[in-house]
Amino acid sequence: MLGAHTVTLSVNGTSYTREIEPTLLLVEFLRETLNLTGTHVGCDTSQCGACTVLVDGRATKACTILAVQTDGAQVLTVEGLAKNGELHPIQRAFAKEHGLQCGFCTPGLMITAVDFLERNASPTDAEIRHAIEGNLCRCTGYHNIVNAIRSASAEMRQTAGARPKVAAEVTR
Amino acid sequence: MTATANPTYIGSRVARKEDPRLITGEGTFTDDVMLQGMAYLTLVRSPHAHARIRRIDTEAAKKEPGVVAVLTGKDLEATGMLPVFISVPSMNGSKHMPIATDKARYAGDAVAAVVANSRDAAKRAADLIAVDYEPLPVVVDASKALEPGAPIVHEELGSNLVFTYPVKGGDIDKAFKDAEVRVSQRIVNQRLIPNAMEPRAVTAKFEAGELTLWSTTQIPHFVQLIVALNLGLGQNKVRVIAPEVGGGFGSKLQVYAEELLVGHLAKTLGRPVKWTEERREGYLATIHGRDHVSDVELAAKKDGTILGLRVRTVANVGAYLQAFAPGIPTILHVFIVPGPYRIPAFDYEMRGAYTNTTPVDAYRGAGRPEAALLVERIMDRLADEIGMDPAEVRRKNFIPSDAFPFNTISGITYDSGDYAPALDRALAMADYKGFEKRRAEAKARGNYRGIGISSYVEICGLAPSKANAALGVGWGGYESARIRVHATGAVQVFTGTSPHGQGHETSWAQIAADALGVSPNDIEVRHGDTFESPGMGVGTFGSRSLAVGGIAVHKAAEKVREKVVQIGAHLLEASPADVVVEGGKVFVKGVPEKAKSFGDISMAAYLANNLPEGMEPGLEATVYYDPPNFTFPFGTHIAEVEIDGETGAVQIVKYSACDDCGRQINPMIVEGQLHGGITQGIGQALYEGAVYDNDGQLLSGSMMEYHVPSAEDVPAFDLDNTVTLTNTNPLGVKGIGEAGTIGSTPAAVNAVIDALSPLGIKHIDMPLGSEKIWRAMRAAGEGRR
Repeated sequence: MLGAHTVTLSVNGTSYTREIEPTLLLVEFLRETLNLTGTHVGCDTSQCGACTVLVDGRATKACTILAVQTDGAQVLTVEGLAKNGELHPIQRAFAKEHGLQCGFCTPGLMITAVDFLERNASPTDAEIRHAIEGNLCRCTGYHNIVNAIRSASAEMRQTAGARPKVAAEVTR
Repeated sequence: MTATANPTYIGSRVARKEDPRLITGEGTFTDDVMLQGMAYLTLVRSPHAHARIRRIDTEAAKKEPGVVAVLTGKDLEATGMLPVFISVPSMNGSKHMPIATDKARYAGDAVAAVVANSRDAAKRAADLIAVDYEPLPVVVDASKALEPGAPIVHEELGSNLVFTYPVKGGDIDKAFKDAEVRVSQRIVNQRLIPNAMEPRAVTAKFEAGELTLWSTTQIPHFVQLIVALNLGLGQNKVRVIAPEVGGGFGSKLQVYAEELLVGHLAKTLGRPVKWTEERREGYLATIHGRDHVSDVELAAKKDGTILGLRVRTVANVGAYLQAFAPGIPTILHVFIVPGPYRIPAFDYEMRGAYTNTTPVDAYRGAGRPEAALLVERIMDRLADEIGMDPAEVRRKNFIPSDAFPFNTISGITYDSGDYAPALDRALAMADYKGFEKRRAEAKARGNYRGIGISSYVEICGLAPSKANAALGVGWGGYESARIRVHATGAVQVFTGTSPHGQGHETSWAQIAADALGVSPNDIEVRHGDTFESPGMGVGTFGSRSLAVGGIAVHKAAEKVREKVVQIGAHLLEASPADVVVEGGKVFVKGVPEKAKSFGDISMAAYLANNLPEGMEPGLEATVYYDPPNFTFPFGTHIAEVEIDGETGAVQIVKYSACDDCGRQINPMIVEGQLHGGITQGIGQALYEGAVYDNDGQLLSGSMMEYHVPSAEDVPAFDLDNTVTLTNTNPLGVKGIGEAGTIGSTPAAVNAVIDALSPLGIKHIDMPLGSEKIWRAMRAAGEGRR
């Protein structure tokens, strides 16, 4: 034990205070301390993006940040995308466009897309492909993921204002 | 009326039943299984590619806080050997223990195991294990491994030759004697690392004499069988669960060391144990794919007619034979090499070689991409040699549509095919006729533009059990299905297939729905748990699941339907021949207003007090379906590329494919399989490659060095299809899981070589990265700097 640190952070709108080791990665904290296993680990080298979560509204690879660094932060994971039982448009779009097969990379890709679409509401396909180049998928060939993100952007433009941002409480 | 006479859901884009849990984070993958009191396994792996193990000092590791056990190979011999399921003639099999005892044979070979209360403690202790190695000479290259004096990977075998596998047909000497044109090419099909996005993991617990083992596997029933046999447990006391599995592509088509170790440790330590692979560890310890070097010679007439094909290949199997490894470069490769062409004479000799590298086994396509690449490259070399359009050379040699069933020169029988329409459609999609204008426009920009065609036939539907036996496969090739209709009418389908992204829950529900006259929404498909399976399942690989497992579901549903008809006829006091089952209702033809609901029938089956004379109560059926033949999907893929004249960077500007997999159950899923497969094939053509140095160190040792294609590396895909049914099974389905990977690699390579053909370049081996192309352009004297 290198000595426990106390951290308090919000995950999907719930505040958690935990004593943790300083070497604990955020993704380990989410998966093993909080049992939020929707966020996945696909590599050791920050290439694959399966562990992507929002930290203070910004898509972040949770294998690349220590949990102690997120003390006081607002974290959003795939488990927090749906609100009151209603799926986020990106979730609906991934299903509608067959943007997932095995589903392992899907949480990270959806989170990256949510961050991206909140900064670029009307992306071109080339912009979408650039935005997700840090998230690897081995099943879909990205074709339907691009379709899903484009489809979600259209829906999100139509409902802009009516739909609270997933990280509305977060100031960027 | 049969289910297929009036299909409702078969052929529809039914939304996937898997998706709701996967888009909300509710799916459970193996590493998500968290058990009370769980201990963590870490393996110590050899840094040397070839080294004798003199001594292992575990004392310091045992003293590390939190350590539960430190074990070497000698402590773990109770796990038994790792299995090989295929034996080809004259094969020199290797002894493969989960933990090496005498020597390490590749960098990554496990030499010791640590179990601790936490992953960190296990890793800290692993670092304290001192292994005294005596490094030995290393051989990495398969051809060199077969030369006299090469380091021997398994001394007891006397040489590194695993097998020599010859397949011949026709008079090859006459073909080459009569040839007006001969073309030859050495073609390297480089080693690939599968990179399923989910790393491997195993979790196990042993309670009340029963072992429950969760694993990232494509074949849970084989894992159950081998774990039970090796660990001395009744098969009824080993429950293997493949929960959500995050992609496989052949890399999870194994019984791996870690499955035996975790099972053994959970049993002997009396507490749950988990092992989760790190990605860099996986690059060493999970199987690789491909790794062939082929010398290809084609004999032809000047008009493009093929006379004969001769191939000599050495396949690198790595340090040990893995589960299906003997069958990949042989059964799944050599026989399908003739592809869609009528080839009068054929002479193939395949040799396998052990080397000090990670073992090689099935990777998406598994033998067939290697076949398609060598044939499609040599077809382009022929077209170039005689100045004929590559599309026309292919068309000229296609097996004509009236020649099916067709006996190939390699000795197998193609079920059905109609190759020209797929070629024509792909050519039209690609605007092939307009290509030379685009080439000229690119030239004006200082770039090189090329177009590449690949026509393929592949072999799916693995496999008729008798064919398996004849070929040396040590298990049947059937698949199982059980359909249980509960009293309330709720339908459960249990399948022996084990999907990991393929959407079987949806497609199997569509198949059962059409037979049972209910909606797919009313059907639950369950898989991957050996305690609730129909019995023995063979699993998901080789594009077999639909053509074997899907047919098992269809046949089980037909059996249940027959009983529904019989009960319905009895209750409605009608002849079974007049009973209609559709829309969740059972009624006499023409009298739908007097219907019984599907639930009325199922309830009657379990009340059992008013059934036809002699009928058993209950409403379920189990089927083991053994296919009579393989299936042979086909198609044509066309890639168009533009190469930057300054940098050599390749961009695929357009991709068109027309595939024929027989009847499609769910076109949305078919397209998804193609998109992913094409991307993996393009990955091999342009980006991916495992690289070893001469000491057997894997230089492409993580995702930082090994280029898995990202969204920016591939284009959108234009897909079309033709439908040529097979008579092999009652649904006319063939399989689509690997077609994209098989078709795309040669298309992309041919496009790049076509682009560079004005420079006189005839061939470059994959991956066709910018540096390699830039150097080739420079060497050709045309690089502009």
